[in-house]
Amino acid sequence: MANQEWREETVRVAGTDLVYITGGTGAPVLVLHEELGHPGWLRWHSELARTRTVIIPHHPGFGKTPRVESVRNVRDLGNFYTKALRERSLRPVEVIGFSLGGWIAADMAASDPSQFQKMVLVAPTGVKPPQGDIMDLFILTAKAYLDASVQDIQSAPEFAKLYGGEPTPEQFEAWEDARAESARLAWVPYMFYPNFASLLENVVGLPTLLVWGKQDQIVPFSAAEVYKKSISGAELVAFDNCGHRPEVEKQAEFSQHLQRFLA
Amino acid sequence: MHIMSFSERAYIDVPEDLIIENGSSYFGIPNTNFDAKIGSRLMNEYLDERVYAEELGFDGVMLNEHHQTPFCGGSVMDVEAAILARITKRVKIVLLGNPLPVADPLRLAEELATIDMISGGRLVPGWVRGAGSESIANNTNPAFNRERFNEAHDFIIDAWTKPGPWRHEGKHYNYRYVNPWALPLQKPVPQMWIPGIISPETVIWSARHRYPYVALGTNLEPTVEMVNLYADVAAQEGYQAGPENFGYLQNVCVAETEEKARELAKGFVYGGGFGSFARAEWMFPPGYNSKEATKRLAKAMTDPRTGTEIIRFSQGKVDVEEIKRSIDKNYQDVLTSGLVIAGTPETVIKRIRVMLETLRPGIFGTWYHHGPMSFEDRKTCLRLLGTEVLPAMREIAKELGLPGPFEVKPGSRPLPASGKRDSVVGALKAA
Repeated sequence: MANQEWREETVRVAGTDLVYITGGTGAPVLVLHEELGHPGWLRWHSELARTRTVIIPHHPGFGKTPRVESVRNVRDLGNFYTKALRERSLRPVEVIGFSLGGWIAADMAASDPSQFQKMVLVAPTGVKPPQGDIMDLFILTAKAYLDASVQDIQSAPEFAKLYGGEPTPEQFEAWEDARAESARLAWVPYMFYPNFASLLENVVGLPTLLVWGKQDQIVPFSAAEVYKKSISGAELVAFDNCGHRPEVEKQAEFSQHLQRFLA
Repeated sequence: MHIMSFSERAYIDVPEDLIIENGSSYFGIPNTNFDAKIGSRLMNEYLDERVYAEELGFDGVMLNEHHQTPFCGGSVMDVEAAILARITKRVKIVLLGNPLPVADPLRLAEELATIDMISGGRLVPGWVRGAGSESIANNTNPAFNRERFNEAHDFIIDAWTKPGPWRHEGKHYNYRYVNPWALPLQKPVPQMWIPGIISPETVIWSARHRYPYVALGTNLEPTVEMVNLYADVAAQEGYQAGPENFGYLQNVCVAETEEKARELAKGFVYGGGFGSFARAEWMFPPGYNSKEATKRLAKAMTDPRTGTEIIRFSQGKVDVEEIKRSIDKNYQDVLTSGLVIAGTPETVIKRIRVMLETLRPGIFGTWYHHGPMSFEDRKTCLRLLGTEVLPAMREIAKELGLPGPFEVKPGSRPLPASGKRDSVVGALKAA
């Protein structure tokens, strides 16, 4: 692709070949992807890449990066990235995590907040929502789960670009790899750790931005309050008429908040 | 030849429209449609049918297990087996199979040993990974399904044979004290058989363990390939596979007239039949399939020709009448292909002969009932199978040289002196 803003690279970290997407210029920002894998390079990536070097690793087991046998839960995966950051002398780094990726970032922060400079969590899993349940990816097709992730497919043009139409065999396989690895990490309890709110109280002195859609069908908005209460000083930005993907459903506002918070 | 009788012991009082409206799936139908009075009657009738099968001369009664679905009444198969262990005298009680990944293996080892003792050593345990939906019904991580299967299998063999007490710290199972005081009567362990729908990984695993492999109503051509694959692996393991290593489960319905048999056998496609066992998202939970199987599935699921077939009713509004027409058409196809055999004993014997000549199995299961069918009709079907079809099959088995696994020990045949294995199947022809 001509003038492509991003490239794919491989780095040897924590004993494995980690494949990652990178693009942009400036200080590094680590982006941790969701339970269905890296969705592709989106407009918000482009905008962030003007001032930041965006680094999006494919989590171990998510298709391109090989599975790491010892990683069997989110704590293990957080530990993997902690090692990776140390080995690459990247700490403290800014981090943005989406859904499952938000849980990983929050878990790392709870373990050692000093590895991050700032943290953005977009509708993270990890806590049991006080009202409602996290939508169960493991009894749905990936396509059905994706369709439920935005409030209105028509008003999220980037969603249609990425996920519209019939899936290709490669896409289907990538989703199945992602679902399988997500199941290894978070089969039961589903996508949360019972005592996580208490662990989050250890996130002290780390500027944290929570971003959530009020109509999120994947991780109910009620979970936002748990995060906000547990992480001291955390700021919550909640979008109305928005589902689980504010970065595509409310792209302009999302990018503005990101710029402001990371400035 | 070992000839068995089998049915799913289905809860047959589910309206066909309900199955179709549920996305052509038995799994997921609300249990508000279950009436325990009907369930109670059916469970007792099904036990009586197994006793009757013994009286008629069958060598084995086969049971299976599925959870939280009207498709199969054997959600706690070991309980049925324990009852049969006491109320039958001669038949083998063949469990095809216990879903290892969703079980507590220590408890399972004790249950099965108890059944073996009560039955006087007539138990044939069998192991399965469990359909994908079992991972959901039992809340067991599908991504570790095969690992759990392997570890549970090895653990149970150890629990039966390794003097206790000992400790097990595995990857998926941890026991601080293993010392069961229920051990199988059959020494060192009972024969174990593996049923399946011809996944190559399981076929290879079975051949390596010298366990007979029983194909469950699969299409003839791929089943022949499976038999050949098994025999190849057997040769690598240093033995010649024979009929005692292979089994086949056949849908077969017998009645006094051709018309009646064909009408009753329609139960095999009731609501869509086996194809309606569960929807795609329940049959293929995350990580259940190997990487290779996922690649195959990715192609099939995204191909407009096959994909719509697999996920045909999963989404959107369901047109019940259209689906019923497609079920009717499919019924004609399965009768023609021989996946379902229906008729008078005379017709049925001819078609079974073709199956035996082609697949040369030493184990043959007759799956005699599915869908709505009265107790009387089920008993008539069993009676005709037992008194007319079964003796004919024994003659054919003798003529073709098809010993069962209790006549020739599976895995005991030496390879020919040339080191090259003998053929294990007959010529492929339509049943």
